[in-house]
Amino acid sequence: MLALLALHLALAFLAPAAGARLGRNVFLLVALAPAVSAVWAGAQAAAVLDGRPPVQTTAWVPGLGLSLDLRMDALSLLMVILVSGIGTLVFLYCARYFPADQAGVGRFAGVLTAFAGAMLGLVLADDLILLYVFWELTSVTSWLLIGFDDEDAESRRAAQQALLVTALGGLTMLVGFVLIAQQAGTASLSAILAEPPTGGTVAVALLLVLVGAFTKSAQVPFHPWLPSAMAAPTPVSAYLHAAAMVKAGIYLVARLAPAFAVIGLWRPVVITVGLATMLVGGWRALRQDDLKRLLAFGTVSQLGFLMVLLGAGTREAALAGAALLLAHGLFKATLFLTVGVIDHSTGSRNLRELSGVGRRMPVLAVAATLAALSMAGVPPLLGFISKEAAYEAFLHGSGPDLVVFAVLFLGSVLTAAYSARFLWGAFVAKPGVAPTEVHTPSPGLLAPVVVLGAAGLLLGLAPQGADPLVQAYADSYGMPPEVEHLALWHGLTAALGWSALTLLLGAALFARREPVLSMQRRAGRVLGLVDAGRSYASTLTLLDRLALRVTVLVQTGSLPVYLGTVLVTVVVLPGSALLLATQITGDLRAWDRPLQAVVAVVITVAAVATARAHRRFTAVLTIGAVGYGIAVLFVLQGGPDLALTQFLIETLTLVLFMFVLRRLPANFTRQSMRTGQGVRLAISLAVGTFVTAAVLVSGQARTAPPASQAYLDQSLPDGGGRNVVNVVLVDFRGFDTLGEITVLVVAAMGIASLVLAGRSRRSPRAEGETSLTAATGQALDEPGTPAPERVG
Amino acid sequence: MTGNLTLALTVGALYTAGTFLLLQRTLTRVVLGLGLLAHGANLLLLQAGGVAGSVPFVGKQDGPSGAGTADPLPQAMVLTAIVITFGVSAFLLALAYRSWVLTGEDDVQDDVEDRRVARRQDQP
Repeated sequence: MLALLALHLALAFLAPAAGARLGRNVFLLVALAPAVSAVWAGAQAAAVLDGRPPVQTTAWVPGLGLSLDLRMDALSLLMVILVSGIGTLVFLYCARYFPADQAGVGRFAGVLTAFAGAMLGLVLADDLILLYVFWELTSVTSWLLIGFDDEDAESRRAAQQALLVTALGGLTMLVGFVLIAQQAGTASLSAILAEPPTGGTVAVALLLVLVGAFTKSAQVPFHPWLPSAMAAPTPVSAYLHAAAMVKAGIYLVARLAPAFAVIGLWRPVVITVGLATMLVGGWRALRQDDLKRLLAFGTVSQLGFLMVLLGAGTREAALAGAALLLAHGLFKATLFLTVGVIDHSTGSRNLRELSGVGRRMPVLAVAATLAALSMAGVPPLLGFISKEAAYEAFLHGSGPDLVVFAVLFLGSVLTAAYSARFLWGAFVAKPGVAPTEVHTPSPGLLAPVVVLGAAGLLLGLAPQGADPLVQAYADSYGMPPEVEHLALWHGLTAALGWSALTLLLGAALFARREPVLSMQRRAGRVLGLVDAGRSYASTLTLLDRLALRVTVLVQTGSLPVYLGTVLVTVVVLPGSALLLATQITGDLRAWDRPLQAVVAVVITVAAVATARAHRRFTAVLTIGAVGYGIAVLFVLQGGPDLALTQFLIETLTLVLFMFVLRRLPANFTRQSMRTGQGVRLAISLAVGTFVTAAVLVSGQARTAPPASQAYLDQSLPDGGGRNVVNVVLVDFRGFDTLGEITVLVVAAMGIASLVLAGRSRRSPRAEGETSLTAATGQALDEPGTPAPERVG
Repeated sequence: MTGNLTLALTVGALYTAGTFLLLQRTLTRVVLGLGLLAHGANLLLLQAGGVAGSVPFVGKQDGPSGAGTADPLPQAMVLTAIVITFGVSAFLLALAYRSWVLTGEDDVQDDVEDRRVARRQDQP
């Protein structure tokens, strides 16, 4: 199984290069990946149905307990048939769909293959985290595919919407996965399903997982991304938005339902959302003029149907759901590909403009009619069988079941109506509309449509072909005493009556389409207030505004504000820890030597004077006093080396300041001395207090003897010197000193470049205007002459 | 271990004055503030070595209060710190000088881009 994924990956990487040489025929090459997968799955089918699913385990990150666990049971096999089987046909279709000179066809083929691989991985994954990884890979590749026409703003917007919505759901789902894995003690899907964890945490986690499934499968209220995604090339819509990706959410629900449908709010949430989606999708589909959007809303509706069936958690519903999963993949892909052919041959997919297309393309019309009838639930097609099974599953229940049945019935009426609307719009000759010009499509384009359409008919006539597979999945709910089989004819049952009524009402709804349309418009004005598409847009706008507000608040661009924030954080966080967790208990001594106090007073006074100084020279002189005072303290503490260095460096710093200040104005800017000084003072006092407290507390914190006793002992024998500080610097910690020297060298180079930078450009004035000076709008003056307004 | 109240208070005073200057807009004052902070930090390191003692020389034990030898390790650290502070101050001074050469002032201005972002908020 890993080899199949690797094949997808390899072909995906190969495709862009191959596309440059082969053009659109590159699809024939990459179709190899899904074709091989489908054949392999077919070969394994017997073992899978026998209850011996192929399993493959490969270590991935053993330290984190992650492994590449792949497993193909009945449900996975069903999905592989959709993903790789229909996938192969879509790939073949692509090879004739794109114009021969289509740009970027190799890139497109590569991404589509990568998507097929990710989707295959998703349905085969037997590990929650692995499933999540593939899940997000499908989101990302789908984003690239929807935005294939990257010069079109609408298609970029649609791609972004799909990505944002599905990624949001994916992340929510990940949280749910992690919670479930923690409760179960393993991330292995089959192990979790064999022994499902229970409890409040799991109930919450399941709701999070459901959010992921709902976004991916376009359930209300996340559905608008799917109709928007119709900006994608039509084969993408057929593959991603009918057969494969949107089924991922359904797959996840179907996978988890046998174990988790009874826990918490799962059943009410899944059924409510599914039913609402079914109605909203069907209702909206009835008023679309664009054939593709009609199908998109139809897909939304059918996904809701599937969600109800596969999430309900009963064997009968699951049986119907699995059959519908297969049927929907077949008929919806057929219909999308049909729209693609029509668009390709006539240049339009607006059902108000198309007229008489059916007569010009009879083969296509027959294939599409088979698919649409299957969608509407007309015998003897697979869609009819699955809908019968669905009715059967809910018709015999108690109160709530009957409510569900009523809504399913209503949704199916809508489905029948929009199926008719699709056929009428695409193929029928309309009075008052000129017959559409049609270029005859190539057989290569028609073949996949015909194959898919015929498959729905074949499986309808011979449901025993699909029955074992569907039964094998339903068996995960346990074996019932009496097995219900998929069949075309169950006798004159109540469900059959309801099916007939569905078709009748659907036909009636279609016949009165114009009154229905005007009613929709009137209702739309009221319902427009809760339009999910609009709330997506306003959410995005709100997010933008919020981001701007936060940026303005946090990123003021003012250095003092940034520093103040850092300092306040220092005082508040470690400061409160200091306040709460410790107390100064030990005996404090006022000083070691009385002279320390005198020097301390001098230093303090000088430091305050530095802070208050208005003139630059005053400030430099007072800071010099501080420095010399510190040197005296060093002597008193027992460090003559320090004192010596301090004296030297302090003197050097003074000289340096003099050099610079000679050029700068004598006073600090007045304006900057005034505003906000109170806040600055408050922050500084807080910092000072904090540091003093920290010094006193840390002074008591010593528990071990000082490390420096070793230095004192080893100085003479190892370092060969009596001055321990010197030996430490040049010997024991020699590399530190080397680093220190390096710092000095770097600083010196920086200073040199800063000071000398202006000089070299001074003489040739004409070309001496650097971009920097141009930007600030100030000529590069002789550094020695201060700007006039700054003098004094 | 006990604390030296005088030194602790001096460290606090240096940090207060240093922080106050660090929060100013004038680059020269920021450099001065950094200098005061460095003095404070050096003193902090030094007092962490404990009670004042005699010079850490092998074979010299004539501390005035008989407290023993002063801890050599903080001294070595402070020595390094003094020199590095000098390098940093010199570099910052050069920056201040350069800023003055280019713009005629050594005040740190707000970031132009950020002010532009702030203006966007006022627009509808």
